[in-house]
Amino acid sequence: MNAVGVSVSRKDGIGKATGHAVYADDLVFPGMLYARTIRSTIPCGRLTGVKLDFDTSGFTIVDHRDIPPGGRNVIALIENDQPCLVERDIRHVAEPVLLLAHADREHLLGARVELQEEAFEPVLDPERSEHVFKEILIEKGNVDRAMARADTVVEGTYRTGHQEHVYIEPNGVVAVPSEDGITIYGSIQCPFYVHKALVVLLGDAVRNVRVVQTETGGGFGGKEEYPSMIAAHAALLALKAKQPVKLIYDREEDMLATTKRHPSIVRHRTGLTKTGRIVSMEVDVLLDGGAYVTLSPVVLSRGAIHAAGPYRCHDTRIHARAVMTNTPPNGAFRGFGAPQTQFAMEVHMDRIAEALGMEPVLLRMKNALRPGDATATGQKLGDDASALDVLRAATSRARYRRKRAAYAGSRRGIGLSLFYHGSGFTGSGELRLASRAALETTATGVRVLTSSTEIGQGTRTMHAQIVADALGIPYELVEVAAPDTALVPDSGPTVASRTCMVVGRILQRCAEQLRARLGRLTPAEHFAAHGALRVEEQYEQPDWIKWDDATYKGDAYATYAWGCNVAEVELDAVTHEVRPLRITVAVDVGKAIHPALARGQVEGGTAQGLGWALNENVVMQNGAMANAQLTNYIIPTTLDTPAIDVTILEHPYEGGPFGAKGLGELPIDGPASAVVNAVRHLGIDVREIPATPERIATSEPVCA
Amino acid sequence: MRLTVNGVEWDLAVHPMKRLLDVLREDCSLTGTKEGCGEGECGACTVLVDDAPVCACLIPVAQVIGANVRTIEGLGDDHPLQRAFMDEVGAQCGICTPGMIMAALALGPRPSLARIKVGLAGNLCRCTGYEAIYRAVRRAADATSVETGAVRP
Repeated sequence: MNAVGVSVSRKDGIGKATGHAVYADDLVFPGMLYARTIRSTIPCGRLTGVKLDFDTSGFTIVDHRDIPPGGRNVIALIENDQPCLVERDIRHVAEPVLLLAHADREHLLGARVELQEEAFEPVLDPERSEHVFKEILIEKGNVDRAMARADTVVEGTYRTGHQEHVYIEPNGVVAVPSEDGITIYGSIQCPFYVHKALVVLLGDAVRNVRVVQTETGGGFGGKEEYPSMIAAHAALLALKAKQPVKLIYDREEDMLATTKRHPSIVRHRTGLTKTGRIVSMEVDVLLDGGAYVTLSPVVLSRGAIHAAGPYRCHDTRIHARAVMTNTPPNGAFRGFGAPQTQFAMEVHMDRIAEALGMEPVLLRMKNALRPGDATATGQKLGDDASALDVLRAATSRARYRRKRAAYAGSRRGIGLSLFYHGSGFTGSGELRLASRAALETTATGVRVLTSSTEIGQGTRTMHAQIVADALGIPYELVEVAAPDTALVPDSGPTVASRTCMVVGRILQRCAEQLRARLGRLTPAEHFAAHGALRVEEQYEQPDWIKWDDATYKGDAYATYAWGCNVAEVELDAVTHEVRPLRITVAVDVGKAIHPALARGQVEGGTAQGLGWALNENVVMQNGAMANAQLTNYIIPTTLDTPAIDVTILEHPYEGGPFGAKGLGELPIDGPASAVVNAVRHLGIDVREIPATPERIATSEPVCA
Repeated sequence: MRLTVNGVEWDLAVHPMKRLLDVLREDCSLTGTKEGCGEGECGACTVLVDDAPVCACLIPVAQVIGANVRTIEGLGDDHPLQRAFMDEVGAQCGICTPGMIMAALALGPRPSLARIKVGLAGNLCRCTGYEAIYRAVRRAADATSVETGAVRP
């Protein structure tokens, strides 16, 4: 029986439904201490002193001087500019300064530490920042000439706010020291990122660094880079105390200190013919990176590449910058820059439609990318480019045209968005990663060995399905090893919608090779006769992919997944609250390996996008989140989430396993602009999210 | 401090103001009940106290003396709701799932979609957009009514 394309029982279902699944905070080790982080209270300045105002007996206390000789006080990632612990300079509120551990939690929480800080003037407005982390220019054709020849030019500025991930399990790890090293168990998206950071931090003094992912209660990008910081802190305490140390954040600390989605300001100038054909596009993207570089360059890269939306245009210029502000670093969040830039593009498209007196669907039909068209980076699209298919599927299923007419002049509005999302790392990223994955035979079947983490999206299940079918054995005979850096090859980080398309494809090749080597035997028979057989494969880039990092020209992604949202909303005339009534989603993901999981990804990503559009308002005051609690940072509940109607199309990508492309991020690229365009249909000109009642109440009417 | 959890009596030497959540997780080793926010907003720590859903992070243990506390572990491993959450992929990351199932248990027999939405409004899920959770709760209700004629809390 085939497993691919069937909604088989998920590998981790039983543990999660019974409460037996073990998360970081469920772990207990003998002699384990609890830990706490003392953080800066000013956005910019200098640390001049630390006063311990408590009885320190029984405490383990760590500052930057406890980093072993040979190690470096950095959290290694791209630029290595972020310290593990403040030495002198303070660049944001909630920057870690001092670490405490104690066997008794009440004692730990009762310890009073006073930081002496000298405050400098912070930079909080990204438009005033002169410190540029990364600048990108994508240029095709001659924009100035094409703009001058256009019949009409439409301009606009669009803004998006921070978004907090709100994985329901806050960040946390347990560090366990051994004779010659340290083992980290934790809520982690990318175990080898943590491993690399610890090796740099600890240097030669600590030989054996091992990182094991525990069951992880959601990530969405929020557990991509920051767990390296938490693991570093727990490791330093554990090495000093020579005892296991548990460091689990409470919700407030997690919201205050860890990463968020980058706020954005995107400016568009678009030249058009009278008939609505886009002839020139000029896009300026500004992302607020926060205080350290972290992942901002790559978030900016994906944002810039997607900034022209899924539209054909010969003459295009995209100029993008990520800048420093004195706020906690912004980082990876599902979509990785693309939701911000595509929000701007899609709201701008409806404004273009208004300017031309054209129906928004028709404008998109006319300009959408088709197979054979070139993107802004000059990438020629394959036959799986299905913008028009998802557009037709969503609008017809939602009965868009009929409702657009019927809702006119009422309290209801309907709007849409068209979007796409590149699968896998950008440009030559996958080549540089050179991911590896392995299979080994066991007494009962085979075991999958990768560092790809299960964070809810179904990694274990989907990988096992691919392997089962490629090997021709039942799904139940495939087990999936826990990501443990001591046991599994580095299959790269679990990010960028790459776990199915890229890692799944490596596993498929492993299975094909294993199949050939097993001969006529089943894996279990081969194991009984010959012992464990292990097959390991490395990523192979399709030879047609050409990318130039210097000019940002070429094949930015191996392929793209496509989506269209139609949102229906109702406006409360008294409270100015916009309530989403229904959202219709059509996506093309190549192949849904597990239809129920795929649908779950789309539904969940859509709800997260709706939250970003309407509910989720990070209030920053003097460089710190003022509403760092779930009481007043509102994510959608059952009562805020509308019916989500999902259609999945499958135009296969030949380089993916069974035709599959990336899926995880795509769904969050579209909901915010669809909702704002539905609000436009009500006659309200919103160009910034979250579209809170206050913002709706103070918005201008749409100029007809 | 005498406490009844899942039908088992515990005699614990704990501070009466210790959170029920911590007592369950640390003193009873029942770690199926999760902490998501510590302020009663997310519902991940939902347990039943005399059949009513409560947030275990908001309740000092002294408040449940003499009451029957029921946690996810009290359902065994083959409850219709657990099976339905597996079959409908109502659990993604799984951290909200125990609390969600305990809250669903208190919905009564054959709840309507509107009743489910109101009954689960205090349980946040960041993964699913709730649709798969509704499918799971309705499937469990159907399965239970076939098997026993009613959903019993």
